[in-house]
Amino acid sequence: MLPWLTALMLALLAYGLYGGLVLAPADYQQGDSFRIIYVHVPAAWMSMFIYMMMAVSGAIGLIWHIKLAEIVSICSAPIGASFTLLALITGSLWGKPMWGTWWVWDARLTSELILLFLYLGVIGLYNAIEDNRTASRAVAILALVGVVNIPIIHYSVEWWSSLHQGPTVTKFAKPSIHIDMLIPLLVMAVAFKVYYAIALLLRCRNELVQREQGARWLDEILEEK
Amino acid sequence: MTTPSLLNAFLSVVRRDLILAYRHRAELINPLAFFVMVVTLFPLAVGADVELLRRIAPGVIWVAALLASLLSMDALFRSDFEDGSLELMVMTPHPLSVLVLAKVSAHWLLSGMPLILITPLLAAMFDIESDVIGILFITLFLGTPVLSLIGAIAVALTVGLRKGGVLLAILVLPLYVPVLIFASGAVDAAAAGLPVSGQLYMMSAMLFLAITLTPWPTAAALRMSLS
Repeated sequence: MLPWLTALMLALLAYGLYGGLVLAPADYQQGDSFRIIYVHVPAAWMSMFIYMMMAVSGAIGLIWHIKLAEIVSICSAPIGASFTLLALITGSLWGKPMWGTWWVWDARLTSELILLFLYLGVIGLYNAIEDNRTASRAVAILALVGVVNIPIIHYSVEWWSSLHQGPTVTKFAKPSIHIDMLIPLLVMAVAFKVYYAIALLLRCRNELVQREQGARWLDEILEEK
Repeated sequence: MTTPSLLNAFLSVVRRDLILAYRHRAELINPLAFFVMVVTLFPLAVGADVELLRRIAPGVIWVAALLASLLSMDALFRSDFEDGSLELMVMTPHPLSVLVLAKVSAHWLLSGMPLILITPLLAAMFDIESDVIGILFITLFLGTPVLSLIGAIAVALTVGLRKGGVLLAILVLPLYVPVLIFASGAVDAAAAGLPVSGQLYMMSAMLFLAITLTPWPTAAALRMSLS
């Protein structure tokens, strides 16, 4: 399955990048700078999507004790953290020419940063506990608590900013995005999802092989290859 | 042998923790001293401008309270974990979540309460108006138990680890954010002369949610740490 997924991702990525960087018309206000959204927005979407994946598979592992769900949960964390970081970096690269500053204590930025800390906490906790099974369960509990907190963090931060700051630069003040810009964006989002699937499968395979070292079924598969 | 009722079990855990703390009185001072020290550092760092200090004081006090609570959290289950009484608590016929709630209550009485009581004094030193001090007092009263309850989850997750300290901070601080935001929002609104009931209701809601929901993940995490 992996070669197929890789091919699909490359195709989508190529089309998305070409469509986004070349075909889509330049924004009437922002010129060509807006094109970074083709990386930024899908990355931000993925950062939240992967957190949900992590929490849900963590819960499945916690409740039904399915080993594979635990592995999926913990393997998602580094991928999610990198997407979050990517979203933050591209966001501030975009913010410098547009807002004139690298960073604003805006609701979205702050909650994305907190999301990054949540990911780092998950990874740190997993690495701190020796036993893999125990670590997976600990991480699942933490991820679930984090899920309860994400909407709270998001809305509280939004609410707090609106109290403190005057007019903040909103990202998409335009009522709707032009269709020529939208299609490459969606294609990029799908490409990022497929990338996540590939990275997840590779990481899970690695983790599974490491955990099950010396198991008979594993030896049999390895001998076949 | 008869089993004591649930309420009895709850109260005896609280009493036991209070007695234990009373026997180590010196340790009780530490979070309080830390709290006052952190608050004292700010005028030294940003200068003694009264206007500026008055404006940032509620935030400073809240962040200091948050750090002090974080610092004292680590002790919540540590000694019980080391001497094995935590395992006995897990084995009692009573639900572990209720006992956890008892432990957190005792812990809050010992670490959160003194901070709240000393806050008016600190606030007066920063020249905050008295009605704003009242709001600050209420937010601390509603907020610090939430900090203890949320922190308990992370402590339970890391209690089995030898080097849990820094990790604990990374786990807990993102979860503390909403409390901090609403509390400082309420105090700022009060300082600006705006109504604060919305923020206070929100904080009460968080407190009750935390009381009802957090003991379960804490208990689950303790079971996991002990297994």
